[in-house]
Amino acid sequence: MRTLLWLIPALPFAGFFVLAVFGARLREKGVAAIGAGSVGVSAVLAILAGISFITSPPPGGSWTQTLWTWIGVDGFRPAIAFYLDALSLVMTLVVTFVGFLIHLYATEFMSDDEGYSRFFAYMNLFVGSMLTLVLADNLLLLYLGWEGVGLCSYLLIGFWYKDPANGSAAMKAFIVTRIGDAAMAVGLFLIFMNLGTLNIQEIMQKASHTWPRGSGLAVAAAALLLGGALGKSAQLPLQTWLPDAMAGPTPVSALIHAATMVTAGVYLIARTNVLFLLAPPVQAAVAIIGAATLLLAGFSALTQRDIKRVLAYSTISQIGYMFLALGVGAWSAAIFHFMTHAFFKALLFLGAGAVILAMEHEHDMFRMGGLRKELPVTFWTFLIGSASLSALPLVTAGFYSKDLILWYSWSSENGSPWLWAAGLAGALLTSIYTFRMVFLTFFGERKKEAGRRPGRVMTIPLVALAVLSVIGGFAELPRTLGNMPVFSEFVNTVLPPVKAAGEAQSAEAAMQVVTSFVSLAGVYVAYLLFLRKRRYVEGLAATRTGRALHRLWFSGWAFDWVYDRALVQPFFWIARINRDDFVDLFYDGIAWYNGFFHGALSLTQSGKVRWYAMGIALGTVIMVGIAVVLL
Amino acid sequence: MISQVPFEHGLILAGALFALGLIGVMVRRNIIFILLSIEVMLNASGLAFVVSGSRWGQPDGQIMFIFILAMAAAEVSVGLALVIRLYHLYQSLDADRASRMRG
Repeated sequence: MRTLLWLIPALPFAGFFVLAVFGARLREKGVAAIGAGSVGVSAVLAILAGISFITSPPPGGSWTQTLWTWIGVDGFRPAIAFYLDALSLVMTLVVTFVGFLIHLYATEFMSDDEGYSRFFAYMNLFVGSMLTLVLADNLLLLYLGWEGVGLCSYLLIGFWYKDPANGSAAMKAFIVTRIGDAAMAVGLFLIFMNLGTLNIQEIMQKASHTWPRGSGLAVAAAALLLGGALGKSAQLPLQTWLPDAMAGPTPVSALIHAATMVTAGVYLIARTNVLFLLAPPVQAAVAIIGAATLLLAGFSALTQRDIKRVLAYSTISQIGYMFLALGVGAWSAAIFHFMTHAFFKALLFLGAGAVILAMEHEHDMFRMGGLRKELPVTFWTFLIGSASLSALPLVTAGFYSKDLILWYSWSSENGSPWLWAAGLAGALLTSIYTFRMVFLTFFGERKKEAGRRPGRVMTIPLVALAVLSVIGGFAELPRTLGNMPVFSEFVNTVLPPVKAAGEAQSAEAAMQVVTSFVSLAGVYVAYLLFLRKRRYVEGLAATRTGRALHRLWFSGWAFDWVYDRALVQPFFWIARINRDDFVDLFYDGIAWYNGFFHGALSLTQSGKVRWYAMGIALGTVIMVGIAVVLL
Repeated sequence: MISQVPFEHGLILAGALFALGLIGVMVRRNIIFILLSIEVMLNASGLAFVVSGSRWGQPDGQIMFIFILAMAAAEVSVGLALVIRLYHLYQSLDADRASRMRG
């Protein structure tokens, strides 16, 4: 299996090339077979690799497959090499498996779209880039994958390019993440300058030898990498692109903007955990940013009307939880939440896609309602996904992962009651906005007939992800409930364990009861406000503060407005006043003189023979005159 | 010995003829007259060759004149053909009307 590791990212790339070259000539069935098939085979390979990795663990806990040296310049020799350890194995499995389910779903969802083969070409390119990112053994190759997924995100957000709004949403996503990427590139330069290598494992070893804990360079390196992670994972203050990224087709939102790409930042921080451990202020910043983001995005999700935007803000908020976990040093909990989140958020997006398709591309939840009877499979799977997102106790995957994060945000060395309180408030918000979405869409009176029902190909991924959203959590049972931390034991072969302050088991149990109660309370509040007593919430929204808050939250805390005033408008203003700078004047001058002489000379081409004769005579006289005067 | 025409007189006559021909080309609009004026200019230069040839006692001047005559004959035959085509096209002999360029 070890020698076949390269095939996992290579297959989706091959699919991309075939579709890019021959896609236009293939029929839909052929495109679907290549597009979904390449990712499917790569998922099977990933599972086989996982089985052989677990049954016969390699010495040192990792495989490296070096294909060739990418660049060879005196001392700088990054290789095209893939590195498989517990962390990258989990990421690879989730990316390929969830990716395959979403591809399968998309074969039906996107049918009859004129860009069918283009869609699958981009999607395959995305999966290939994401796998490169995850499996890279050096930061340069990781950066290649990082930019590759950014490019695919841009291409797929603007997939329906005929609407200019989609194009500008794509550009916004690209430019905002680019700000983070620039910071990350500077971080790579800094690391290479000081440590002389970009190989991740060597960096980890050398950094702890050369940099003392809290040294300036370590803080700078970690902060710059964090900048990249903030852009990609849509955390404060670079979160504004993700809600607009919902302009892309729904499978894209599920795959790129929920399950995989946006969690690349979490992966990057976990991968370079030594750097963050060497920089305590940056690690604390990660926790605070995570906590702030999860609260702000939670409030914004409460007020959205567009079902996909609710899910987008919810994604930002859940990634906030992952950052919170990374910040308090609960590395394995972050990766665990990444996995369960990939399952239930992909499920919710795919369910939302089925609803949107049935409603003839209606996104507004207030124009839906009562779909429970008409779309039973979608309803039940969506309900399971929502339960998992709200972390309903015991039976959902989200409960186990979120509970772990909340517990460590309290009990670990870097944790604090404030972070815990923010996480708990976020949990309440999560279940309110989630069940608001469920009640508005599937309960209440029916407002519109459901059109197209999801077929079998769309149903299989829904059911599969629903099953995973339930059983995914049993990979890690906390000590109060069975004490089988299989997942964290596996991942902790790579990641440092949590430094817990040693709280009692009874405290953990008490905390779990509180968390469970909060999430159930959220569901009840949502039931009360959005199903039974709609007039409460309407009355609340009608008051002066209610209206102001609604507007603030609906616009995502007015970040777009602030950025527009503070950055975009001044930029345009500078561009406008700078239009006539001397460089432009010089080139404009050349153009103007060319035009002028063109006009003057074309006057001489009058077509009148006598004028030509006169010109010749005059020229001769002048030439002869000059000759006479000079000689 | 016949008293020779002075060399300068011959050249002045040639120059005057050339100038007359040039003015004719420039001021006349009738294409026939333009052709005639060109003929005058050609003969003026031919005269200059002949006069200079006799001044230095060389035969080259007269040979050049024969060349010029031959060239003038060719020019006239082509030129008159063009005049006929022009008249067919425009029903006029005005050279300025044959201008289609809009410079």
